[in-house]
Amino acid sequence: MLSIKNLHASVEGKEILKGINLEIKAGEVHAIMGPNGSGKSTLSQVLAGNDAFEVTSGEVTLNGDNLLDLETEERAREGIFLAFQYPVEIPGVSNLQFLRTAVNAMRKHRGEEEMNAAEFMKLAKEVSKQVDLDPAFLKRGVNEGFSGGEKKRNEIMQALLLQPKLAILDETDSGLDIDALKVVSDGVNALRSEDRAILMVTHYQRLLNHIVPDYVHVLAGGKIIKSGGRELALELEEKGYGWLGIKDEDTSN
Amino acid sequence: MATTDNEVKELIKREYEHGFVTEIESDTFEPGLNEDVIRRLSEIKQEPEFMLEWRLKAYRRWLEMDEPEWAHVDFPKVDYNAISYYSAPKKKEDMPQSLDDVDPELLRTYEKLGIPLHERAKLAGVAVDAVFDSVSVATTFKEPLEKAGVIFCPISEAVQKYPELVKKYLGSVVPAGDNYFAALNSAVFSDGSFVYIPKGVRCPMELSTYFRINAANTGQFERTLIIAEEGSYVSYLEGCTAPMRDENQLHAAVVELVALDDAQIKYSTVQNWYPGDENGKGGIYNFVTKRGACIGKNSKISWTQVETGSAITWKYPSCVLRGENSVGEFYSVALTHNYQQADTGTKMIHLGKNTKSTIISKGISAGRSSNAYRGLVKFGPGAEGARNFTQCDSLLIGDRCGAHTFPYIESKNKSAIVEHEATTSKVSDEQMFLCRQRGIDPEQAVSMIVNGFCKEVFKELPMEFAVEAGKLLEVSLEGSVG
Ligand SMILES: Nc1ncnc2c1ncn2[C@@H]1O[C@H](COP(=O)(O)OP(=O)(O)OP(=O)(O)O)[C@@H](O)[C@H]1O
Ligand SMILES: [Mg+2]
Repeated sequence: MLSIKNLHASVEGKEILKGINLEIKAGEVHAIMGPNGSGKSTLSQVLAGNDAFEVTSGEVTLNGDNLLDLETEERAREGIFLAFQYPVEIPGVSNLQFLRTAVNAMRKHRGEEEMNAAEFMKLAKEVSKQVDLDPAFLKRGVNEGFSGGEKKRNEIMQALLLQPKLAILDETDSGLDIDALKVVSDGVNALRSEDRAILMVTHYQRLLNHIVPDYVHVLAGGKIIKSGGRELALELEEKGYGWLGIKDEDTSN
Repeated sequence: MATTDNEVKELIKREYEHGFVTEIESDTFEPGLNEDVIRRLSEIKQEPEFMLEWRLKAYRRWLEMDEPEWAHVDFPKVDYNAISYYSAPKKKEDMPQSLDDVDPELLRTYEKLGIPLHERAKLAGVAVDAVFDSVSVATTFKEPLEKAGVIFCPISEAVQKYPELVKKYLGSVVPAGDNYFAALNSAVFSDGSFVYIPKGVRCPMELSTYFRINAANTGQFERTLIIAEEGSYVSYLEGCTAPMRDENQLHAAVVELVALDDAQIKYSTVQNWYPGDENGKGGIYNFVTKRGACIGKNSKISWTQVETGSAITWKYPSCVLRGENSVGEFYSVALTHNYQQADTGTKMIHLGKNTKSTIISKGISAGRSSNAYRGLVKFGPGAEGARNFTQCDSLLIGDRCGAHTFPYIESKNKSAIVEHEATTSKVSDEQMFLCRQRGIDPEQAVSMIVNGFCKEVFKELPMEFAVEAGKLLEVSLEGSVG
């Protein structure tokens, strides 16, 4: 589904990604771990098409099509979804309106009928319950005054509504209490399917108890320096990144 | 906002939608202004003597005045002798008595503007007084209004039919010599609306007027007077459009509101005069004086405005809070794009005890436009316990536009309380990225973010107008991204 070959990217003239290679097939769940500042969020943002980052070389294809040629919104309509590490607020724009606009943009792209306000309200209410968000949150401004955990649940709610092909979850588990972690994990597991891939960035192997990945990768210094199965995360937790021989200057850029 | 994407697509048209010119024969004065022009104007309108005298006095005042230069706007001097001061659609005999008598071409114009007088007005229960260039063409819903005792008619008709009311209130809030444009308007006003709500009456429907400038080189000088007697209520809507023309056109209106004891007037405007093209060519000069007087105790006047059009807007709807416990409100959205300039705001003049005012102003600037809020909150010596709350937010789109805030406060009463909040924000790259990442077009994203920013003001608008205002923003923001 997603194929990343020798991807280099920089921000403000500074190279952050230094040759990423990654293959993700439909139905798979990949976890990316790695020290702070190693480029995990950068990779997520580059895949989603944030033009604050410049791709200097390499290629990325989604089901064989060149992803890097597409605008952010086109990538989204092709099924790329990014759950943000730090979701931004849009004051005054109700979550409901925002979500309906997004869902209808996708539907339109697929040549489907748009959903009217009443239909959408019904759907949104169901999905909000799935992530244990009070439907009252639908009426509030997008992320406006949401707590950290509420923002994260809101992100997962969006993934559930938009049903992407590739969901990239950037530290969706950070800042969640134990119950919320369970709720969010259930949400992510509900997303798992034969024709959908999930790429999740996390610092905590405990998340991987809830969402069992097929592969675990370690990103350090802008490169994937080790890949393995579920057990790699356990090993990392036990031994730390030092075990992989990461020197300080490799860790961050 | 409940716009579907289809509607949105419909709306995303590069060009100014209302910029067509209607081909109708019209009686138009030669350009130029002098006492004879005013005499002819008054004669055509068959005005009583007092009206002519009033106009001439105003004209003489005007001659002695200078154009104001203090506003944060910049434009070449207007040549007042190059403007025609009267243009009326030619009619076969008299003024049209019913819609059937109205020039069909004119009616089609209104259709294009989205105001079919028959259907939509009836469906919506809105009585429409449509002013085309200088003359009121038709006023619908006269009957149910008459039953309630409400007078809603062209001001030229009121001058003849209700001279006592006109004499008493015309110029009582905005005197002829108030300012340069008010003086000009007083001298040459051609038409406008007159509303009178008798004691204790709640006006059974929303009253509405659409203004449109059509003929080239004509100025539009309408005059609106609304009087709400003791314990009455009225909500009045005003919409404006003008065709696209290369030359600038002048619009200098005066609106006066009078609220007596326990009366309430809600005045909403959606102003979408032609703003000029993307190079700053053409567009309306919108120099308007709007003021309401809360004469009676517990009276209330609220102004809500959505200003997206005009090349230059110079407008400060104000409230004079004379009556004890009277309330003034001002809710404003002003959007400027390309080379538009807006200098708008309000004045709240607190004279009576325990008077209260609220000002919520939302300025949005895009392109190379300039958007200024100018507000005065004044407390007279008698304004014991008076309060004002002002919130002034600016939103910038791109980095070539400007926003300015000029709040003035004058207090002659120590017990008066003012609260002032101001913010400036930008449509951030992060917000745009979030929207686009969810599949939303950049233009739609901007319009959604801007609509969110304006929410507090839009909720003050009557439902229909709120939808229209949201759409207008969307159209006005065309081309502001990228
Ligand atoms: N807009 C930017 N301007 C300058 N530097 C940036 C920018 N965005 C990211 N960086 C830098 O790029 C490097 C990688 O950042 P990134 O956010 O991808 O790390 P991360 O692996 O997600 O870290 P964390 O685990 O802390 O979330 C960091 O050194 C960061 O400071
Ligand atoms: Mg990160």
